[in-house]
This record gives sequence, C-alpha cells and structure tokens, in this order.
Amino acid sequence: SSELFTLTYGALVTQLCKDYENDEDVNKQLDRMGYNIGVRLIEDFLARSNVGRCHDFRETADVIAKVAFKMYLGITPSITNWSPAGDEFSLILENNPLVDFVELPDNHSSLIYSNLLCGVLRGALEMVQMAVDVKFVQDTLKGDGVTEIRMRFIKRIEDNLPAGEE
Amino acid sequence: MADETLFQLLHTEVVAAAYGGGRGSGDEGQRNGLTVLEGMGFRVGQGLAERLPRGALVFKEELDTIKFLCRDLWGAVFRKQTDNLRTNHQGTYILQDNNFPFLTQMAWGQQYLEEAPKFLAFTCGLLRGTLSALGIESSVTASVASLPACKFQVVIQKA
Repeated sequence: SSELFTLTYGALVTQLCKDYENDEDVNKQLDRMGYNIGVRLIEDFLARSNVGRCHDFRETADVIAKVAFKMYLGITPSITNWSPAGDEFSLILENNPLVDFVELPDNHSSLIYSNLLCGVLRGALEMVQMAVDVKFVQDTLKGDGVTEIRMRFIKRIEDNLPAGEE
Repeated sequence: MADETLFQLLHTEVVAAAYGGGRGSGDEGQRNGLTVLEGMGFRVGQGLAERLPRGALVFKEELDTIKFLCRDLWGAVFRKQTDNLRTNHQGTYILQDNNFPFLTQMAWGQQYLEEAPKFLAFTCGLLRGTLSALGIESSVTASVASLPACKFQVVIQKA
C-alpha cells in the first residue's frame, strides 16, 4: 500500500535529518538515493508497461505522468507549462502521496522533502538515453497550492564506446 | 499498483543510509546500523497498524494476532504470506519465509550470510512496531541459514 512507502520514506527523511547537519546535504542524499532507485526502477517499468520507445519529449512526458506515476504512486500529475522549444515542462501534483501526514519542522526550511523523486526521474531517464534536469519549483509542504516538478531536457546520451575501440 | 518494487528499492537505499552518516565502521558501526534500521521499521510498523480500521484488529487469542502478521501484514508489505509458523504455545513464535523478498536479490546460498542481517533488521522492527500498536510488547530477531530463506522469532513479553 502507498502508506507503507509514505511511512518508510518519512522515517528515512527523519533519519537523514539526524545524520546530516544541513538541509542541502539531506537534499543531495535524497537525490542520490533516488538516482540509484531510478536506474533500477526503469527496468521494472519497461517490463510491466510495454511502452515502446518515445519519439520525442512530449511522448516522454505523457508516459511519465499517465503511466509511470500511476503505476508506482497511484496518481496522475497533469502536464503544463511547455517551453516554446518543447524541451521543458511541468508536472503538477494536486496531492503528493509522499507528504501525507507530514509537516516540515521550522528549522528545515531548505529541505526539499520529496527530492527523492527528482533523482528517480533523472536516473530512470538516463537509462533510456536522456539527460534531464529535474527540480521542484512549488511544494505544498512549503505552503504552495500545488506541488510542481519542472523537467528540462538537456541532451540525448550517445552510447560511449570505451577509449580505443572505434 | 506495482509499488512493491518501488518499496523494495527504497528499502535497499534505506539499508545503505543506515550505514552512512558517519556512524562508524567495524562492529560498532554494524550494531548501530542495525539499531537504526530496526528503529525505522518499528515506527513504520506502528504507523501501519494505527491506520488499519479498528474492527480489523480485534483478536481473540495471541495466536490470531500472530497469524494476522503472517497473512495480512506480510500481504500488505510483501504481497505474499509467510510459509510456516511454529510456536511453543508459551509466547514464542517463529515465522518462516522461504523466499524473503529483501534477500532474493542477493546470491542464493551462503555467500552473503554476513550481509543478510542488514536486510532483516527493518522487518524485525516492523513486526515489533505493529505488535506494539496492538498493545503487545515483544522482541523480534531474525536468522538466516541459507538465502533467501529466513526466520523471524517473535517473543512476547509477559506483562
């Protein structure tokens, strides 16, 4: 159940806040852990979902919002705010299952509580040859009306041959 | 929802995090890491039990409560039931899982026996926390003879 994930995630963030003195370090740890999860989660996702190769970033956005988020977190964020070049968009989460019952204590104003999600998305997309930048721009935990994740396409990752093998 | 995969991957990161944060290496580091994991599992177990409908948690006998762990808690967390339950009818219960999901990613057999406790500590706490929320104090330990099979020993503390 998603409560299990939410509760475990909460316990993890609490522990990291004890282990690291400042919020920035916790944010980095969450991102790194998310990345580790993302690079493995993508295999599970591709096996379960049967989606084919995405032809452009718009397709990618659709798959992320309508298939992946639904499959793993039970929600379907909406996709908005496309950049004119089509290389940036926002995911709007009306409610973020990770933050059920969570309140940020006063001395953690720089903490990006759900930063794990950014790492997961980055890691997963890297495994399908896309370098992206992912960050939270709005957060209900910080008093915003919605939670907004901004995703920016950086470049396609070419397969790198080891040096000496042309 | 395929969230069991996501949860298992999160658990792997949680185990790694328990041994980070400058907690120290060696035997002391090991013990501290296990304590951290058990503590996290305990809080999650309490949280899960608190969110169940009250009617679901009325048990006539202690054994029924343990069966709840084997069927319903295991079902909610691991999408399966435990394989075997033994008891001495004096407050000690052994829950056996022959294919424990947190161990199946590691090589089968004896190769990673030393690492196995790290992947059991959270679940020990989970069991202890769930029981605690149901008003039962216990101590829970786990043992592995050969991956991925393991046993959780629950000893109920008498008031």
